[in-house]
Order: sequence, then C-alpha cells, then structure tokens
Amino acid sequence: MAGQFKSVFDVIGPVMIGPSSSHTAGAARIGKVVRNIFGEQPDSVDIWLYESFAKTYRGHGTDIALVGGILGMEPDDERLADSLRLAYDKGIEIAFVPKKEKAEHPNQVTMILKKGQRTMSVTGISIGGGNIQISELDGFKMHLNMGTPTFVVVHTDKPGVIANTTRLFQEQEVNIGTMTVTRVSKGETAIMIIEVDDKNSEFIVQKLEQVPFVDSVSFFN
Amino acid sequence: MFQTIEELLKLAKEYGSISEAMIQTEMAASGDDRETILEKMRRNKAVMFQSIEQGVAGVTSVTGLTGGDATRLNTYLDTHEFLSGHHILKAVRNAVAVNEVNAKMGLICANPTAGSAGVAAGVLSAATEQLNLTEEQQLNFLFTAGAFGLIIANTASISGAAGGCQAEIGSASAMASAALVEAAGGTPEQSAEAIAITLKNMMGLICDPVAGLVEVPCVKRNALGASQAYISADMALAGIKSVIPADEVVVAMGRVGKQMPTIFKETAEGGLAMTPTAQKITQDIYGNKE
Repeated sequence: MAGQFKSVFDVIGPVMIGPSSSHTAGAARIGKVVRNIFGEQPDSVDIWLYESFAKTYRGHGTDIALVGGILGMEPDDERLADSLRLAYDKGIEIAFVPKKEKAEHPNQVTMILKKGQRTMSVTGISIGGGNIQISELDGFKMHLNMGTPTFVVVHTDKPGVIANTTRLFQEQEVNIGTMTVTRVSKGETAIMIIEVDDKNSEFIVQKLEQVPFVDSVSFFN
Repeated sequence: MFQTIEELLKLAKEYGSISEAMIQTEMAASGDDRETILEKMRRNKAVMFQSIEQGVAGVTSVTGLTGGDATRLNTYLDTHEFLSGHHILKAVRNAVAVNEVNAKMGLICANPTAGSAGVAAGVLSAATEQLNLTEEQQLNFLFTAGAFGLIIANTASISGAAGGCQAEIGSASAMASAALVEAAGGTPEQSAEAIAITLKNMMGLICDPVAGLVEVPCVKRNALGASQAYISADMALAGIKSVIPADEVVVAMGRVGKQMPTIFKETAEGGLAMTPTAQKITQDIYGNKE
C-alpha cells in the first residue's frame, strides 16, 4: 500500500458531487479514464461490478457516476445525476452486472466497451478518497496510477510504431520512466503505456497522434 | 515524502510547523509554486464552508432518510441551555450539515472521503469562529489535517470498503484533532498525541451503511467524530500522552481493517444494515431485495 497517496489534495479533496468519494467520485474518474483510453463514444458498455461496488452501487450512485465518466464528466459535474438519461439520449446501451466473484480489490469494476467491431475491456479500482487505478486493459495486467504522468497509446501492431514513438520522446527531450507494451495478437490492436518524468508533457499527444498506425493517445497526470 | 509521523515531526522541526512542512513537501512533489497550492486549498475550503451554509439552511436527501438535523441543532443552539460546549456543538452542527448535503448529492469537498467530509470541515469552521483564525491559519489547519491524512492513507487506509469506518470517520476525526491542536497553539508533538488518542477510540469501528447509502449512520458519525476531535485536542493540549506511539496506532488500525470481515466493510451486510428496520428501509427504497 505504501506511497499510493502522493499529494495533500488526494486527502483534502476532491471537490465532488456526493455521496461517496470512492463509490461516486472515484467511479466517475474511472469512467472518464476508460472513455479517454477508448478514444470515442461507444455504442454499448457492459459494466461488471465486484464486491462493495456490486453490493452498494445503487445507493452510492456508482452507476450514474461510471456512466457520467463515460460521457466525459468530472466528479464535480452537476449533470452527473442525469447521466443515465443522457446516455440513453445519445443511444449508448448500458448494462450493469453485479458479479458474485471475489475481486483483487473491494471496489472494482470491469467495463467492456463496444463500437462497431471494436471491443475493449478495462478494469479500474477505487482505492479511497476518490483516488483510482487502472489495473487491467484487454486482459493485460497493468498499473496505471493517477498522479504519475502517463501516456496510453492504442495502435496497430506493426513494425516501427514503437521506435517512432520513443524517438518522438527523445526529440522532445522527455525522459521515459517505464514503458509497457501489450497486444491482443500479432498484427492487431496493441497498447503502449508510457510513464514519463515531466508532468508538463501533454503537448506530445498531438505529435503522437501523427505517428503512423497510432489510433488514439491519452495523457493522464 | 514523509511516510511516518516520526518523519513528519522531524520535518516540522525543520520548517517550524506541520502545515509548513506539508506545503513545502507538496511544492517539491508537484512542482507547483506556493501560491498555486494555497489557491487550490482556498477553493476546497470555500466548498466546505458553502456546504455548511447550505446544510444548516436545511436539506433533505434523495431517499428522505436524512436531512434537517443541522437545522434542528441550529435552532437548539439558539434557544436552549445546551449541555456541552458552544463551539463543540457548532462543530457538530456543521459536520451534520456537510454530510446532509453529501447525502442529497450536493457539492462537497472530500476530507479525507465524502462520507467523512463533515468532520474536519465542521471543526475548522467552529474553530475559525472560536479562535478568530486568519485565512492563513484556516488553510494551515487543512494542510496539517492533510499531512496526517496522507500518512494514514499510505500506512493504513482511508477507505470504508478496505478498512471499515475507523478508516473514514476515525481518520477524519484524528486529522481534525491534530489540526485543531496546531490552530490552538499546540506543538507538533501534541498534534501527534491527538492523532493517537483519537484513533485509539475509533479503532474497530465498522462500516455498515443502511441500504448501502451514505446516510445512516454516516451523518451522525460525522457529528460525533467532530465532537471527539475537540475532546482529543483538549486532552493533548493538557499534556496527556498516548502510551502507544501514534505511528504504532496507525499501523494497528490498518491491521484491524485488514482483519475485519467483509460484511463490515461497506457491503451493507452487517451491523446496523442488517437490523429489521434497515431491512425494511432497503425494501422500501429498492423494492425487491437484491
């Protein structure tokens, strides 16, 4: 557990719509990060809820917060309460599935997003006080900690994409701390998770999007 | 970054106070300048005070289970010879106000969580009036509360689902008591004693929300968490020391949280959530039982 909370504002904050920092604010943040990684509005989202999330999601507004996040809302967005209706109006199909299985963390959710032929599954956990982590992406274990500047690059698995990406970081003199590359299978969708030292590196997003075979780029700080 | 209360006390010696140690640590970790950090905290404080005002004026939750108690306390304060102290009761009223606003899905500032957001905010607003705290002192209160909160979050837990209510109201009350000690002119060591005294009494408190809602018993636990922060602060200022050092108390609280059965960790499967009345409320709200 040591060192997960890094800023005084992880503890005093966030400013948010009630009633629960882990089940409402954290859920909205997970939804928004998942949407950013997916990169576009999905046709449908299946939401698998585990343990405390599964048992208390209605009372805590976890459902509306996750969907609000998927619609791009922040935890302090007054429209959160209306998110289910807004999603319906936009034609997004949402299904909530409370699961009986134990999970690695008591506040865990897996979201399966679909758009046409494209599918992505992401697992997020809410660790308290509105702070979250992404623990799995398309079946790959990962640790995306909010608070560490991180790029998530979704791309097609082709030779040279990784080299072109890292060269860009070199040119911009941004140091890469850790880098994880995963893929579903040869030649299909692959994902790079790149943690960097400089939190002011958002400007690279636009340049990364120009790299051939890169589908979407998200930056989290 | 400091990981233990002992390390924090060393830093406080270097910088003159716990709040200053927290501000300096935040500047180093975030790369933001002092004014940016103070401004962020000012915004959080403004939301806390707004939610108090809103709650005292009177709110009702979506379910109708909670609301109106802050108004009741306000009237009582004005019209009755109350038993406990004036400011302690104001802290209680304000803590209730914040959590009533939280329960109606209003705007609040988590502190350290939403379910426990009333405790430190309630104590801060009452102490501001009682001790004529300047704006700077009010912000310092929150930085000191945050410094201890960070240690508790990293060593034990601030999540009801992971550690029970002791991790939420317990942590909030401990943070508020330590910050109140500093605001009243106590030493960093006395703040640490207040943390230990408060957490020891909160140890083992379960999270058993009726119908899974952050309402019953959360609103009243915020009230009593705020009152305890006042008492612990007074005890520490009187020179009372905890036999078990604060760092060890925090570790013990974390261990109790891990050992606590899941039914007592925000699953609405134990404690008050399983009483006949709670079951009936659940039925009334959701219709068919889950």
